[in-house]
Amino acid sequence: MEMLARLGAVALEQFRGWGHAAFFFMDLLRATPASLRRFGLVVAQVHAIGNRSLVIILASGLAVGFVLALQMYYALVTYGAAENLGLIVNLSLVRELGPVVAALLFAGRAGTSLTAEIGLMKAGEQLAAMELMAIDPKARVLAPRLIGGFVSMPILAILFSAIGILGAWVVAVLLIGVDAGNFWSIMQTGVDVWRDVGNGIVKSVVFGIICTVVALYQGHETEATPEGVAYATTRTVVISSLWVLGMDFVLTALMFSTP
Amino acid sequence: MGKKKIEILVGAFVLLGMLGLVFLALQAANLGSVGGGDTYTVQARFDNIGGLKSRAPVRSAGVLVGRVTRISLDPASFQGVVTMEIERTFQFPKDSAAKILTAGLLGDQYVGLEAGGDDANLAPGETIAQTQSAVVLENLIGQFLTGRADSAGAGGAAAPGTGPGQ
Repeated sequence: MEMLARLGAVALEQFRGWGHAAFFFMDLLRATPASLRRFGLVVAQVHAIGNRSLVIILASGLAVGFVLALQMYYALVTYGAAENLGLIVNLSLVRELGPVVAALLFAGRAGTSLTAEIGLMKAGEQLAAMELMAIDPKARVLAPRLIGGFVSMPILAILFSAIGILGAWVVAVLLIGVDAGNFWSIMQTGVDVWRDVGNGIVKSVVFGIICTVVALYQGHETEATPEGVAYATTRTVVISSLWVLGMDFVLTALMFSTP
Repeated sequence: MGKKKIEILVGAFVLLGMLGLVFLALQAANLGSVGGGDTYTVQARFDNIGGLKSRAPVRSAGVLVGRVTRISLDPASFQGVVTMEIERTFQFPKDSAAKILTAGLLGDQYVGLEAGGDDANLAPGETIAQTQSAVVLENLIGQFLTGRADSAGAGGAAAPGTGPGQ
């Protein structure tokens, strides 16, 4: 009986947490139109979230493109199909790696800084002070960051895929000597703009919203202590990574189930 | 940092994203080749379509002229009905033939169109009468094996008569 009660308590606590997060998300969405009126705040957040993540995204994309091209070349050259390398690198980047790896990096680079920032604002009672001055902190502080993440994430994912393909081109065409015409033309016949590139962008939009909302929620709900902020920052990375990987499976199943 | 500078940096960031998208769409994907143009639809019926897929290329003399848009089974004749879109700039005679061919030994399958000699052209929505089904490897091997067995049987029966006596 005691066990059963404990199970019930855990389940109720879980549901309460989800409900809390859902209401937080609804509040955030409701505050979003108001924050669009102060566009300067949004621009500053796109700069903080997007521009500052650019270096790590571009460097990782280039490295992933290099390595994918090399490995695919070793595998494909035994079948005499090295020209298909571009197609494989392109499809894996545009469909999966671009959105997913960019989102994981985004959670690590931008999500943590959002959580720490909001958490410290909460710990320093800045959010409470705003409320006392009849300023809605959700509209003034949180919503511009949500829009910033919503705008930045697709751009970062696109750039990740684009630079990865360029990296593959450098390795395959310039270093190994795969024929450039075949490299591009096989890619162009095999990749569909709407089905592959478009769905990749849809994924990255979803991941951007997930990562940003998780980061903001963790920051907003943090305990107002140094340990609390540290714990919330860690949880941001863990929870958003798990959400991204889980949602990626769901979205892939929905998008690419029919050939 | 000044507000103006941040705005410039964000503008550059968004512009970079757009350039990346244009690169992905034009250089690394098929926007602009086939799909955006003016097309007409024709159908062809095959006894066996093999591994043909939707969006497979339609080629004539090796040149890409269109794409397969839909594949279905005719419930009355049990034939595969392949619907394809062909660019309007390419008009084919009415008695053209459609074959299902394979690119390379292990490549993807595509529809090959061979122009006939009729004066009238295929009208949109028409069905190509002459078709040749895909070559299915299992059937081919089966034919080869039965052929071998036949010749071996014939040879075996002839051998005792013609061979030197022991």
